[in-house]
Amino acid sequence: MSRLDPVFARSRAEGRAALIGYLPAGYPTVDGSAERLTAMIDSGCDIVEVGVPYSDPVMDGPTVQAAADLALRGGFRLRDLFRVVEQVSSAGGHAVVMTYWNPVHRYGVDRFARDLAAAGGLGVITPDLIPDEGADWIAAAAEHDLDRIFLVAPSSSTERIATTTAATTGFLYAAAVMGVTGARDRVGVAASGLVARARECTDLPIAVGLGVRSGDQAAEIAGFADAVVVGSAFVSRAGEVAKLRELAEELADGVRRPMVPSR
Amino acid sequence: MTSETHTDPGRDQHQHSEHDPEHGHFGPYGGRYLPEALIGAMDELAAVYEKARLDPEFIAEFTGLLRDYAGRPSLLTEAPRFAEHAGGARIFLKREDLNHTGSHKINNVLGQALLTKRMGKTRVIAETGAGQHGVATATACALMGLECVVYMGEVDTQRQALNVARMRLLGAEVIPVTTGSRTLKDAINEALRDWVANVDTTHYLLGTAAGAHPFPMMVRNFHKVIGQEARAQIVDQAGRLPDAVTACVGGGSNAIGMFHGFIDDPSVRLVGFEPGGRGSEPGEHGATLSEGSPGMLHGALSYLLQDEDGQTIEAYSISAGLDYPGVGPEHAWLKDTGRAEYRPVTDAEAMDAFQLLSRTEGIIPAIESAHALAGTLRLGRELGPDGLIVVCLSGRGDKDMDTAAKYFGFMES
Ligand SMILES: Cc1ncc(COP(=O)(O)O)c(C=O)c1O
Repeated sequence: MSRLDPVFARSRAEGRAALIGYLPAGYPTVDGSAERLTAMIDSGCDIVEVGVPYSDPVMDGPTVQAAADLALRGGFRLRDLFRVVEQVSSAGGHAVVMTYWNPVHRYGVDRFARDLAAAGGLGVITPDLIPDEGADWIAAAAEHDLDRIFLVAPSSSTERIATTTAATTGFLYAAAVMGVTGARDRVGVAASGLVARARECTDLPIAVGLGVRSGDQAAEIAGFADAVVVGSAFVSRAGEVAKLRELAEELADGVRRPMVPSR
Repeated sequence: MTSETHTDPGRDQHQHSEHDPEHGHFGPYGGRYLPEALIGAMDELAAVYEKARLDPEFIAEFTGLLRDYAGRPSLLTEAPRFAEHAGGARIFLKREDLNHTGSHKINNVLGQALLTKRMGKTRVIAETGAGQHGVATATACALMGLECVVYMGEVDTQRQALNVARMRLLGAEVIPVTTGSRTLKDAINEALRDWVANVDTTHYLLGTAAGAHPFPMMVRNFHKVIGQEARAQIVDQAGRLPDAVTACVGGGSNAIGMFHGFIDDPSVRLVGFEPGGRGSEPGEHGATLSEGSPGMLHGALSYLLQDEDGQTIEAYSISAGLDYPGVGPEHAWLKDTGRAEYRPVTDAEAMDAFQLLSRTEGIIPAIESAHALAGTLRLGRELGPDGLIVVCLSGRGDKDMDTAAKYFGFMES
């Protein structure tokens, strides 16, 4: 049982997709990021992804890279992550962490899992850790009751989708496009096929991310996925909390009008 | 393994303690710490390489190109006047500088370009630091009719401007990278980002024995010819195995190719020299094995220059080709097992050796290779007059004239 199950049970009961919003911890400041993540939840995000700023984010485009750089130059430390997660969780939000693996490896995988769980975090999305390399994380996540949210991509073979979903808990993250993060005009063509292939292997909720920036795109994805992940679009509006709220509201509206009936 | 002796919290957590280099595991090091989107491409590359390496047609094509195009075997040249500064030990130079395009990089590039064609891909991307790998890649792409895009840190495009011009002349597109430290590490990040988006048509022709499996094993195998030739040549020319073989270590490709020719000869010491830069403080060097700790970068677990939070620390070296905070995973394993030793060499020591080899032997080395030469001088003094050392002269120094002229003040009239 995942502690995220009730979130998806509710969105399913409401005939819509869940909305997941991403912002790096420490951007623009540590407290500023907690405030913004909380505002995103108030304005319609069902789950937030708290990003860990990292020096070499190979899965990220310029928007997220620049935000991570700014956070690191501002003195972000890994221990600040737990403070942000704690503030978001104690405000009633559901928080998962999105992190490249080396910071966790360096901190100590079990120690990271313990501290994240203590802060109220619910799981970790791991863009550069595949289950094949993740035995220690899989054990630590089980020990501390955290979800391990692995990714599948349009290039994933059927066998890899099967082994990846078997190692995943909470929800599966489907990368909508072959490419890095960043808002795009079109998403979803490859994504719907990928979601359909993944559904053959798993009953887990499936979240689709990479590139979404508008309510209409959210509605399109809500037509075939259980959750819509939005990152860069939030990051580029993080300068003003009011703009963040506006986007969250637009997207929350989008996930409530799925373009085709979901299954 | 020696994990008890390390204090890093990350040190004891490796699940792949089995040593299985053919599958990318060098003791605990190596692996595939990459986005899932790239795993299919890595599997395809590994499969195509596994087939090719046993295919007589591929072997003939590869060795034919090495001979008729790259100019192999490269010479083994004794350097007696240089060796006078090494306490009388005999020193032989493995002349990778004489290869077509001027460095060892061509060995790996020809191998991977052939594989690119086998995979039916038409576009090649590469990173480059000194520009030698970029030039070699642009050369092979010109030879084989492949589209070529080279990512190069903006800092390096300036200090290696001549190589940028060479790549463009050869028909490659050179993209200056303006993120992070604007050097090799960031060029690799950009190449990986390009690859994720274009993996159907594009092969990422990685230039060193680092990265995710199969790169460390495959790149090493393409460079093994260095050590194999050197072993036969030294036995022929000096009548015995050397006491040590040496090489500079950036990502580790020329060193691992050299070392592998002697790895089963326990009497031969394997010594790698890393860029010690301006000192041992973080950010002042690129001595990953000497000063770093285990961590992941660009797809593999190896030694890494990183801070307490696992953020990569930017490397520094006067030599663009050694300015990298990571290192190939096999070197991490050779270090931990004690089979190889790694030592830092400062900018100043390297530049002294750069000038010394030029003036004693009439051979201008790459500044990368000058690190190996400087370390070899020290090692020679340790071994004494009976010592015999083969050093990998990984490349020629023409590309470094601008840096050298500034360093030595040759531009002043
Ligand atoms: C001449 C030369 N030697 C050595 C290196 C370092 O690379 P590696 O450690 O992979 O041999 C380079 C890299 O650009 C180079 O150009």
